[in-house]
Amino acid sequence: MQGTSEYTPRTGIERWIDKRMPLPRLMYDSFVAYPIPRNLNYAYAFGGILSVMLVLQILTGVVLAMHYTADADLAFGSIEHIMRDVNYGWLLRYLHFNGASLFFLAVYVHMFRGLYYGSYKAPREVSWLLGVILLVLMIAAAFMGYVLPWGQMSFWAATVITNLFSALPWVGDEITLWLWGGFAVGDPTLNRFYSLHYLLPFMIVGVVILHVWAFHVTGQTNPTGVEPKSRRDVVPFTPHATVKDALALVVFFILFAWFVFYMPNYLGHPDNYVEANPLVTPPHIVPEWYFLPFYAILRAIPSKLGGVIALAGSIFVLFLVPWLDTSKVLSAAYRPLYRIFFWVFVAVCIGLGYIGAMPPEGGYVIAGQLLTAYYFIHFLVILPLLGFIEKPKPRPASITEAVLGSDEPGDSGTPAAAAAMPERRG
Amino acid sequence: MLDRNANETMTMFKLITRLSAAAAFVIAGLGMTTVSARAAEGFPIKKPEEVEWSFAGPFGTYDQQQLQRGFQIYREVCAACHSLDLVPFRALGWEGGPNFSEEAVKQLASEYMITDGPDEFGDMFERAGQPYDYFPSPFPNDKAAAFANNGVAPPDLSVMAKARGVTRGFPTFVFDLFTAYQENGPDYVHALLTGYEDPPEDMEVRPGQYYNPYYLYAATLAMPPPLFDDMITYAQNEDDNPDNDVPQTVDQYSRDVSAFLMWAAEPHMETRKSMGFSVLAFLIILTGLTYYTKRKVWANVEH
Repeated sequence: MQGTSEYTPRTGIERWIDKRMPLPRLMYDSFVAYPIPRNLNYAYAFGGILSVMLVLQILTGVVLAMHYTADADLAFGSIEHIMRDVNYGWLLRYLHFNGASLFFLAVYVHMFRGLYYGSYKAPREVSWLLGVILLVLMIAAAFMGYVLPWGQMSFWAATVITNLFSALPWVGDEITLWLWGGFAVGDPTLNRFYSLHYLLPFMIVGVVILHVWAFHVTGQTNPTGVEPKSRRDVVPFTPHATVKDALALVVFFILFAWFVFYMPNYLGHPDNYVEANPLVTPPHIVPEWYFLPFYAILRAIPSKLGGVIALAGSIFVLFLVPWLDTSKVLSAAYRPLYRIFFWVFVAVCIGLGYIGAMPPEGGYVIAGQLLTAYYFIHFLVILPLLGFIEKPKPRPASITEAVLGSDEPGDSGTPAAAAAMPERRG
Repeated sequence: MLDRNANETMTMFKLITRLSAAAAFVIAGLGMTTVSARAAEGFPIKKPEEVEWSFAGPFGTYDQQQLQRGFQIYREVCAACHSLDLVPFRALGWEGGPNFSEEAVKQLASEYMITDGPDEFGDMFERAGQPYDYFPSPFPNDKAAAFANNGVAPPDLSVMAKARGVTRGFPTFVFDLFTAYQENGPDYVHALLTGYEDPPEDMEVRPGQYYNPYYLYAATLAMPPPLFDDMITYAQNEDDNPDNDVPQTVDQYSRDVSAFLMWAAEPHMETRKSMGFSVLAFLIILTGLTYYTKRKVWANVEH
């Protein structure tokens, strides 16, 4: 997308298009000739997986929308109509419903990979920020999608989450009424959530394009954290990354298929097969698994406003990560202390997820508060301090040296088809 | 750049961060262990036992005769109070279900009276059911159902087998991922129907309530024990073939009706599982092909 282009139009039609709107050139330079570090591991495959999942969610979603009815009296029945009477409706719905879960699984791996290899550090801050925006949009889309079947959990999740806005001082109650479109969660709420649930994925597509653009300008990170220095450090995207991402995607699809075909309701809650009833509160209101850590943070603070601030803060703090981490070393592989704290942080997030699923009583409350405190301490205290305390391990001079042990031109390991270097020097 | 003092401060910082992290973990761990005893107090009092279902696991299929028996139980017992709103008569003839013949479905449907209309005079009228009709509700509306049942309408049973499930708890829910356990619903229904017993001596049960330690939401529920041994003579026991006779016990009745409710909630399960086998076989072969393609592409690139 920047610098010299590798694209040579071969046919007359290609030359004709290239002079007028060089989209083929853009695609060629972004997804064929684009140089990627030769040492990327499978943790780097989740971006590709996410793109495919996004397209799949939109495709299944568009067809489901043809059969769904956004009406408080009819929504639940229309889902069951899809499950029973629409041709392969059960398949579409289970793909869409489990697809959301697998989408979040992939995005969390993708984010933890970014945290591990320092993908948020200069000059890649914008990619990271766009990524956090994507997370926020995904959370909104998934939440509103969960409301659409209009089961008990849908209804009460909508009630609990929209009620959070009432904690805001002065304007809270007004905002909540405005969100509901009435005096409680009801038909207008369902309708607007449906509308937004259809809109948000396309906004996600837009931001994904910006996200990909941003890291195609800076180039990807890699497990060494050392920027590519010569043609020997990189290989062209196609076929190298294409085939590696394809392999990861197919394996990921095996997991996806296992859920869709053999345990489609494992990730859901039985209560969502009970039609919404404003007069009956379920014994435990729990969100989908992918929101449980955030739910635990919300409940960790005894006051409502405090919980809302902590919840918002837990996501907002991600925007600050590029500036909270004071270490200049990208990859955790060369940061002995950070590597420990990284895995502790992963464990804390899983712990928060467990607490989020448990009733808010007894020791769970204390455990949730401690883990919440640690979540923020990790970002606000540990990350800034480590940069000063930690003594990084010696890093290789180049990616090729890390891979081969030496970086002499003419090595047997020189990639045969190494393409252009992007015009960037770190 | 760092002088000795600064170095010492750094070491201290290091120590403090490590200690605080360790402390946070010890306390969190303690917190978790103290509550595990508490959590057991909730409902249900007893967890349902796992029944061996023909439809469990990746290769599970419904037992057609069991579904027909279960349907008989629904029709002769449950249907007195519980609706089955989402199931049309025609579904009873679907493959991968009770699989009644077309004539049998027509016959079955015609035994129900359906309110239709309005006709050209603007009046509602009664007519015999057709396969495209849905099971009529035992009550005209929810209010009537509640009024006839101590104030609470008996729930619809169409998706009941997916709408109930007892939390499996750690670590069982992890193992469930590998065994593809999805039978929480029918296990629960079976446990509930067979689980009525005398309340503990120190417990007072209100009139119109019945003690059942398997009930998900409380110690007692408003539904009286619905099944008794030998209360129904199975159609398949009435033929001349004694080989296919099944016991007429509460346990058998509740197994059969639970299986029927599972089918009612998930009528395309057999198609789903068999398609899943093809999809997974395809994906596994594709994984192999992609793997070797990837090896070939990267063969000359150390990475």
